[in-house]
Amino acid sequence: MVVDMNLSDTDVDRIFQALSDRTRRDILERAIDREQSVSAMARQYDMSFAAVQKHVAVLERAALVTKERRGREQIVHANGPTIAKAIALLDQYEQLWIDRANQIAAVLAQSDEEEEGDHS
Amino acid sequence: MTVISTTKDPESLTLTIVAEFDATPERVWSVWEDPRKLERWWGPPTYPATFTRHDFVVGGESRYFMTGPAGNRSNGWWQMKVIDKPNRIEFANGFAGDDGEPMPDMPPATGFATFVATGDGTRMTAMTQFLDLAQMEMMIGMGMAEGMAQAIGQIDVLLTSASV
Repeated sequence: MVVDMNLSDTDVDRIFQALSDRTRRDILERAIDREQSVSAMARQYDMSFAAVQKHVAVLERAALVTKERRGREQIVHANGPTIAKAIALLDQYEQLWIDRANQIAAVLAQSDEEEEGDHS
Repeated sequence: MTVISTTKDPESLTLTIVAEFDATPERVWSVWEDPRKLERWWGPPTYPATFTRHDFVVGGESRYFMTGPAGNRSNGWWQMKVIDKPNRIEFANGFAGDDGEPMPDMPPATGFATFVATGDGTRMTAMTQFLDLAQMEMMIGMGMAEGMAQAIGQIDVLLTSASV
């Protein structure tokens, strides 16, 4: 929603970045196929649990997957385009409301001065 | 720190923001009630809002427009559902056509705000509930630059190709 938003930080960039890596594309495909735990995913790659978890976190930031804690497991499921888009839109709306809150604070500070001015 | 937290729920299509202000609930209330104060914060910084009507009573309606950098206008409307001064408001917030009047085939989003006195200020919790994705896109697009709207549109294309 915000016009002067830094484009390098947009959702589109995050999605491109997330999909630029072959392992992450593979993780996403597996999650689309069926939801599974991070540890189950890690067993399928020649890399550490922590490394797989980092890749999952990048996909999560791009709203392509959601991670959910179930007991001791962290389950990864792919977000459909609908959820991913809802998250992207809510990100825009969130920025609008952050700006609104800051503008309210400015209006309150200014009306403070005006009211003080009225009394003098 | 004005903004305390924001919560986005993509399942229920809601956004909740909690902010604290160094003012009494009555004064925070006034930025919603007084249209001249309201229009100083409702629009994004580059899309200032102008309220041409603000009937702040239950059932009362508002009309506003936001003016973009190129002079382009987006029109919107409110209808107040709950007014419990200075604690709580609930209102419908909809998209209006070029004539500034509500579009009959476009149901509004619902806005909720509560105001609670804290030690030395007010905690405001504002929540917006959208009905569906199309409505959310339309409402959020109201004050959006063309480029940003296109970027969001691109997401559709990307996700469709990514899942192939």
